[in-house]
Amino acid sequence: MSAFVWLTILTALRILARNRLRAGLTMLGIVIGVAAVIAMVSIGEGAKRAVQAQIATMGTNVIIIFPGVTSASGVRGSQGSAVTLTVSDALDLKKRIPLLADTGWTRRDVMQIVYGNRNWNGPINGISPSYLTIRDWSFTSGGPFSQTDLDSAARVALIGQTTVENLFEPGEEPVGAVVRIKNVPFRVIGVLAPKGQSAQGSDQDDVIFIPFSTAERKVFGTSFIGSVGAMFGSTDQVEDLPMAAEQIREVLRARHRLQTEQNDDFTIRTQVDLGKVQEGTSETLTMMLFAIASVSLLVGGIGIMNILLVSVTERTREIGVRMAVGAKRHHIMMQFLIEAMTLSLVGGALGIVLGITGAKLTTLIAGWPTIISGNVIVIAFFFSLVVGLFFGLYPANKAARLNPIEALRYE
Amino acid sequence: MSSLIECEDVWKIYRVGDVEVQALRGLSLTIEQGEFVAIMGSSGSGKSTLMNILGCLDQPTKGHYRLNGIEVGNLKPDHLAGIRNQQIGFVFQSFNLIPRTSALENAQLPLFYRGLSLKEQRAQAAAALGRVGLQGREHHYPTQLSGGQQQRVAIARALVTSPSLLLADEPTGNLDTQSSQEIMKILETLNRDEGITIILVTHEVDVAAYAAREIVIKDGQVLSDRVTRARPTSSPVEA
Ligand SMILES: Nc1ncnc2c1ncn2[C@@H]1O[C@H](COP(=O)(O)OP(=O)(O)O)[C@@H](O)[C@H]1O
Ligand SMILES: [Mg+2]
Repeated sequence: MSAFVWLTILTALRILARNRLRAGLTMLGIVIGVAAVIAMVSIGEGAKRAVQAQIATMGTNVIIIFPGVTSASGVRGSQGSAVTLTVSDALDLKKRIPLLADTGWTRRDVMQIVYGNRNWNGPINGISPSYLTIRDWSFTSGGPFSQTDLDSAARVALIGQTTVENLFEPGEEPVGAVVRIKNVPFRVIGVLAPKGQSAQGSDQDDVIFIPFSTAERKVFGTSFIGSVGAMFGSTDQVEDLPMAAEQIREVLRARHRLQTEQNDDFTIRTQVDLGKVQEGTSETLTMMLFAIASVSLLVGGIGIMNILLVSVTERTREIGVRMAVGAKRHHIMMQFLIEAMTLSLVGGALGIVLGITGAKLTTLIAGWPTIISGNVIVIAFFFSLVVGLFFGLYPANKAARLNPIEALRYE
Repeated sequence: MSSLIECEDVWKIYRVGDVEVQALRGLSLTIEQGEFVAIMGSSGSGKSTLMNILGCLDQPTKGHYRLNGIEVGNLKPDHLAGIRNQQIGFVFQSFNLIPRTSALENAQLPLFYRGLSLKEQRAQAAAALGRVGLQGREHHYPTQLSGGQQQRVAIARALVTSPSLLLADEPTGNLDTQSSQEIMKILETLNRDEGITIILVTHEVDVAAYAAREIVIKDGQVLSDRVTRARPTSSPVEA
């Protein structure tokens, strides 16, 4: 760096140090703006990442079909009130739609489960074996049941971590144990690996899976044989999801003999749709951040411009002297631009520190996950630089255009 | 070879609202390299206006001003700044040091705009302060110096670039008699030993007595121009 630029930066820093309070107040806008952006982007990123992880627990390339019409968000209170989807629907879909790698189905009810002298009320899910693979369930011990178990309506059960914790002593091995549901004994053959909360906030590990046929015949009662609470499908490629969903809709409408003017008696949601709902919320957040950032950086920039105009006026004589000894216009221009950028960069740096601290504190106090990306820091720094440059331009130009004689004579 | 300064029918007209003020009215003047000139005249006669033009801070409204044979009248501001930086040193009545900045940094200022290395700037500025008798005061701030010392810093700043022309507009106007004499002795030495051309504006006869030529200005014109002291021979006086 040339001696000129270097000395000018030093001079600028010295002037800042001399007017610490004034400089601090001037920088406040930039500090707050940059800090707010960094803290909120970090919180937003953290939340987005957490939601994405939750959506991923649904499985891979999953389509869900509910009976009846549900709200746009895909959130639905309870299953099974409408009896419009059946096991034969699911089997027929798989047969007629080549895009579907597999289909599965489930029906659930909350019931009491008893082990020894302990009991627990949890959702009992009658499922097809394919449901386990579609939803990517894995096991910490034991393993899944098979088509044979389904065909023979075997009394076997898979249980989730929450259920294990509530029924068994710590360290006790559930596989091989016999639990009772509605007084029917079931042998535990697998313990499911934990998935945590769903995107809708329910505990996915509070669960018991038994073969669908067993559930129908021995647990739920036989009033609606063959009707399912929800169906699941999966595709090999994520891009195939919309097409598969459309084909499912056509097949189901035909099977249910719906007329053109009739609404669907089922609802289809793909994993991509659920992701979009979340993306929508984070887009709103981003727009809000953008607004906050713009306003505070604008306020900060105007503050810098104001203080520089004051400085130019205060130092008119000095500018005259500098011109008299040979400063050219660009020298004077540079001096004030560097002063402006020093202000905005110091403000930006303080803002970054404050923003990171804020994000960390949020994690510490509220327990929200935060992700501080290098990008947002670079962008914040860049923005403070641009603000300094832009709002320094007018005062710097004003200084550079002073007439040396008038400047020297200024009182 | 051309003269250092050639003014030919120089006019300076200020316009304040509807009123025209003719500060210089067809002034002509020639000054050679190495001269020591005192300019006198009553207040408002146009002395400062002339000095500003001679120092390339301002340009004539009409007429010609050549510095070292170069016509200055229609040069651009940045070009004039370059000439001031290379050839001219200024000393002002009110010192005009940059506040809260050390003597050394003040003396450095013209070199700052020459793109010299920091080390070189410091060395040359320290040497210039030495020449005006301020060694040891490099890191004093203007407020820590007497008026006479401040004016000496200003002289160091003017001569740090080894200018061919030093312009001093009432340099002793704000100083007591003793400080005035000290400043004048420094200027006299610079003129005699280094051959720097000095043009000085003053109201005081004993200050003007240091110069070898006295020009009196009245109403923007030269009233009288006389040699008051034999110029030193063209070869510098041996020490
Ligand atoms: N910037 C200006 N605008 C208008 N009139 C000026 C300006 N500068 C000087 N003058 C006028 O020009 C005349 C000469 O001024 P100046 O050169 O400062 O005189 P001196 O230095 O001899 O006292 C005065 O009448 C003064 O009022
Ligand atoms: Mg004057």
